[in-house]
Amino acid sequence: MAQIFHHSTNTLSRITIYGAVFALAFAVWCFATLNGSGYVTREGQVRDQPIPFSHVHHVADDGIDCRYCHTTVETSNTANIPPTKTCMNCHSQIWNTAPMLEPVRESFRSGESISWTRVHDLPDYVYFNHSIHVNKGVGCETCHGRVDKMPLMYQARSLQMEWCLDCHRHPERNVRPRAEVFTMGYQPAEDQEAMGRRLVAEYKIQDARTLTSCNTCHR
Amino acid sequence: MSEANNPLNVFHDDEGAPQALSQAGRKLDLPGVRALLEKSHGREYWRSLEDLARTDAFQDLMHREFPRYASEWEDGDSRRNFIKLMGASLALAGLSACTRQPAELITPYVRQPEELVPGRPLFFATAMPLGAGSTGLLVESHEGRPTKVEGNADHPSLGACDVYAQASVLGLYDPDRSQALTFEGEIRSWGAFLGAVQQAITQQKAKRGAGLRILTETVTSPTLAHQIEEMLAAFPAAKWHQWEPAGAHSSGAGARLAFGQPVNTVYDLRGADVIVSLDADFLSSGPGSLRYARQFSARRRVRGDQTEMNRLYVVEPMPTPTGTKADHRMPLRAADVEQFAWSLAAALGADTGGRKGTATPADKWLVPLVRDLQKHKGASLVIAGEQQSAAVHALAHAMNAALGNVGKTVLYTEPVEADPVDQVASLYDLVKDLDAGAVDLLLILGGNPAYNVPVELGFRDRLKKATLRVHLSLQEDETSELCHWHLPTTHYLETWSDCRAHDGTVTIMQPLIAPLYAGKSAHEVLTMLTGQPERTSYDIVKAYWAAQHTGSDFEAWWRKAVHDGVVPHTALQTKSVPLRAGWAAAAPPPSGARGLEVVFRPDPAVYDGRFSNNGWLQEWPRPITQLTWDNAAIFSPKTAQENGVVSTDLVEIAYRGYKMRAPVFIQPGHADGSVTVHLGYGRTRAGHVGTRIGFNAYGMRTSAALWQDYGLEARKVGSDYLLVSVQDFHALDTERHTIEKADIAEYRKNPNVIQEDYEQPPPDLTLYPGFTYDKYAWGMAIDLNACTGCGACVVACQAENNIAVVGKEEVHHGRHMHWLRVDSYYHGDIANPEIYSQPVPCMQCENAPCELVCPVQATSHSSEGLNDMVYNRCVGTRYCSNNCPYKVRRFNFFLFSDFKTPSLKLQRNPDVSVRSRGVMEKCTYCVQRINRAKIDSEKEDRKVRDGEIQTACQATCPAEAIVFGNINDPNSRVAQMKKEKTNYGLLADLNTRPRTTYLAALRNPNPELEA
Repeated sequence: MAQIFHHSTNTLSRITIYGAVFALAFAVWCFATLNGSGYVTREGQVRDQPIPFSHVHHVADDGIDCRYCHTTVETSNTANIPPTKTCMNCHSQIWNTAPMLEPVRESFRSGESISWTRVHDLPDYVYFNHSIHVNKGVGCETCHGRVDKMPLMYQARSLQMEWCLDCHRHPERNVRPRAEVFTMGYQPAEDQEAMGRRLVAEYKIQDARTLTSCNTCHR
Repeated sequence: MSEANNPLNVFHDDEGAPQALSQAGRKLDLPGVRALLEKSHGREYWRSLEDLARTDAFQDLMHREFPRYASEWEDGDSRRNFIKLMGASLALAGLSACTRQPAELITPYVRQPEELVPGRPLFFATAMPLGAGSTGLLVESHEGRPTKVEGNADHPSLGACDVYAQASVLGLYDPDRSQALTFEGEIRSWGAFLGAVQQAITQQKAKRGAGLRILTETVTSPTLAHQIEEMLAAFPAAKWHQWEPAGAHSSGAGARLAFGQPVNTVYDLRGADVIVSLDADFLSSGPGSLRYARQFSARRRVRGDQTEMNRLYVVEPMPTPTGTKADHRMPLRAADVEQFAWSLAAALGADTGGRKGTATPADKWLVPLVRDLQKHKGASLVIAGEQQSAAVHALAHAMNAALGNVGKTVLYTEPVEADPVDQVASLYDLVKDLDAGAVDLLLILGGNPAYNVPVELGFRDRLKKATLRVHLSLQEDETSELCHWHLPTTHYLETWSDCRAHDGTVTIMQPLIAPLYAGKSAHEVLTMLTGQPERTSYDIVKAYWAAQHTGSDFEAWWRKAVHDGVVPHTALQTKSVPLRAGWAAAAPPPSGARGLEVVFRPDPAVYDGRFSNNGWLQEWPRPITQLTWDNAAIFSPKTAQENGVVSTDLVEIAYRGYKMRAPVFIQPGHADGSVTVHLGYGRTRAGHVGTRIGFNAYGMRTSAALWQDYGLEARKVGSDYLLVSVQDFHALDTERHTIEKADIAEYRKNPNVIQEDYEQPPPDLTLYPGFTYDKYAWGMAIDLNACTGCGACVVACQAENNIAVVGKEEVHHGRHMHWLRVDSYYHGDIANPEIYSQPVPCMQCENAPCELVCPVQATSHSSEGLNDMVYNRCVGTRYCSNNCPYKVRRFNFFLFSDFKTPSLKLQRNPDVSVRSRGVMEKCTYCVQRINRAKIDSEKEDRKVRDGEIQTACQATCPAEAIVFGNINDPNSRVAQMKKEKTNYGLLADLNTRPRTTYLAALRNPNPELEA
């Protein structure tokens, strides 16, 4: 009886089997890469805003503290987007005729809020609390990046769960002295790990098991 | 077990009826059940007659976590549809997972209020008025949205809430609230109304108001009463009528009978060792019940060596939460309660004019009860039920006087009502004027008289005889459709006003939100008529109190009164009122028993019908019956048998020529020869939720017999009405350790009597991974001895945790979503069983069977011992609920949460995820409150204080039965409770090591009656 399959079929079948594995792995890699990419996470993307507000100008050039506008960052879960009144504290005096700021003046006149597009948008089932992070020595910069170098605001980190958990598992890698929380461009004076472990103990930061319990973030 | 070889089967099957539904599918054979009960001495507790008979249907419910049909697609030919839909939804789910999150807007304030911190709720004091009382509240407001109410501890209601207050937030956001002012159904402006009504008022001025009539509900608001008085002074010939369908008709008449004047009766249960309730549900309904429940349960708290308890005797027709707490309960027909009261008063030597009652089954109590009461002179209390006759109220006054209780446990004050008239006479007066054509302008401020006045008045037709009819109400209801002008009013959370508590204490009510729909309060409508349309409720209320205030510091006084939620020194002064000599001669003679007795009662959920459109209340299982979404003609087992009916049959009930159809419900412990019907159903214009539910018992309620009368006839006309009681859903095996109880004498003799009863396996006898809890270990203890089973916790939980309403059909399939249920258990004879209520939240087991079976770890153990439920991880396998022995997990079989209706979005608690379809959910011990307190404490570098975290159920509980806290702290209240000898775990023999435990129910029966 003649052979049904020619000898070269062996090669073909090998290519098919190994190829399938590689194809599958490639698909998984593509999915994972896409999922972690800025396209999905919006990391590094500038969003359109009604007013091209520049943090470079206000933070770096003018030296305004984060808390001048984000008033509730130390007391509440939300840092607070400043009311129009806060803008007008200065801009009723300076740049008070700039066309760029007309939406601010219009809002103040009409009583209608300015609608900003949310840049750091966590899913609705995540209950993030700014105040506890700030009080435990997590700097603004740790999550928001060098805001003082952002002419237009963008998201500096992925904000994915994996990224949150990295720090919840190893808070010592990121905590800094409370006095430095609002500092941009902070460099630790000593070894971060050693200082981190000291600060974790000093600030009574909870153990990793508590920090990674589901209800810490999901309710 | 098949039907044929089940010796306990006392049901016969109805062909074609769904098997899973014990009520609908199988017909009870009552003699069989009774015979069975006599034989089965081993069965201590039972949940229902179906359980008692151990039918296949009940067994099926007991062995499943959800009823069989909960997880099936009920539509007949739809397998293809199902697959189509599943395919589509899978595809969509897959696609949606790939899309990016849609952009979200942030709209900050323009000028941010100074005291407001976004993300942190503020609490404002106000009160919810209902009838002749009010509940003091602290309302939680998130950025201007009221989302949840809590009790105000400074108010006479002592910081507790009832179901009505808890559900009132949903009433505020009800999308069916009327949103516009209408004239004969067409939308008009307030200006147009003002023009029309001013013309009518000008005409009335000339006639001194002879054609002006104002109809209100009971008014306790001092400001509103003052406004009406001013109006009547300006129009001396005008009249003010009042009608409150579930109001204090009998107690008012009773006071006039006994004292010759209207008085308000206030009880102080702190000093009451022996309490007799004459059909009074003082623990869960009526003004003051929240305070009474707290005082009552404080006298039943058995801790360590403190084993003194009060003793409660109850006679009543329909089992109520108060009846379940009784140490001795006797079901009596409502009319027999009066006869028993005459006998008891005569035996106590009270002034009855020599009259004695006819014989009743409770007469065997008389000698021991009299002895018990006389032993506790000045420390006893007789309470007459609001729905009992005037004579019973007068007798209670006479007995309390004879026992020296007046001034100690019973206090009399001036009435709480601004004008305590005989409301029936007031209505008759109005009807006479309507018939005479003398009413030119009828102003109906609140209430729904076209629906709820006594039937013989034919009010719907007579109302039309008024020339111009104006109706102010929250919703367009049965009365609005008969009136020319319908005016939308403000919800109590939207307006300034004032009201009185049961003891007269005034609360100045403040608005939590601006009126959602351009409504105006009764204050504003009245001031419009007197030519000052620009005055707001705020101006009116403040001006009234400024006039009342003496001294120069009014502004500070006002701010403090508004802030505190109580106006100091406004509780009415107690006064002494002598019993009228020979009052008994004026009491009507007993009417002869003929036929069945009909007993009208306000519904535990929808009250007099005003809450019909509230989904939380409709779906809330009523205490004891566990009925939802319906009212029923409630029979005792024996009376049902005599009339040849079983639960879910339809009967035609006829009384005084009025007829209606009602479903039957058999309630063990109901009085024989008596049928209870609840008012408030059968609404024809209530809204999308409440219209055409149940039957309208007002259709046979006459002013001669507002609450009970003989002469009812019942005739079976059909069967298999869809009557949904959740009592048998989520049933635990009653042969295991569910309820533990003991008599107090037994407990004093042997404090280990509870814990001896079951064995707790050693903690290490398990394959489950062990956990250590270094810092906090959250736990809960529920004192069954305090719990009255009122069910306020269920609605509080629903409000706090964004729990969806599913509707009657879905409840019927066992898909209701309540995280906390209150189970009823019966013990003893079906004619008069002891009844126990047991709230069952998630047990937060340390060896949690649910956690290990979840394939995606959507439920996992937290470092503090909570069984966390992560909705965003859940894929809906339902293995966890399958493995939960307590059946506390709830599954979103469909999209039950309303994501669309804009007004309902405002109600949601922003700290709790709103769950979508296909997701499991359950009690979390209000983990959002735990986390808030933990974060606050850590910022202040301290530990969470005991009592700092109150779960929603705990905060609302009138009896303080639920205590939550850190069991790692030996000094916490919850740890102390768990050390009690009465502490036990539900199904603890399974070694799940539940964090929620119970303190056993204790009873304090009279030894003389026991023998």
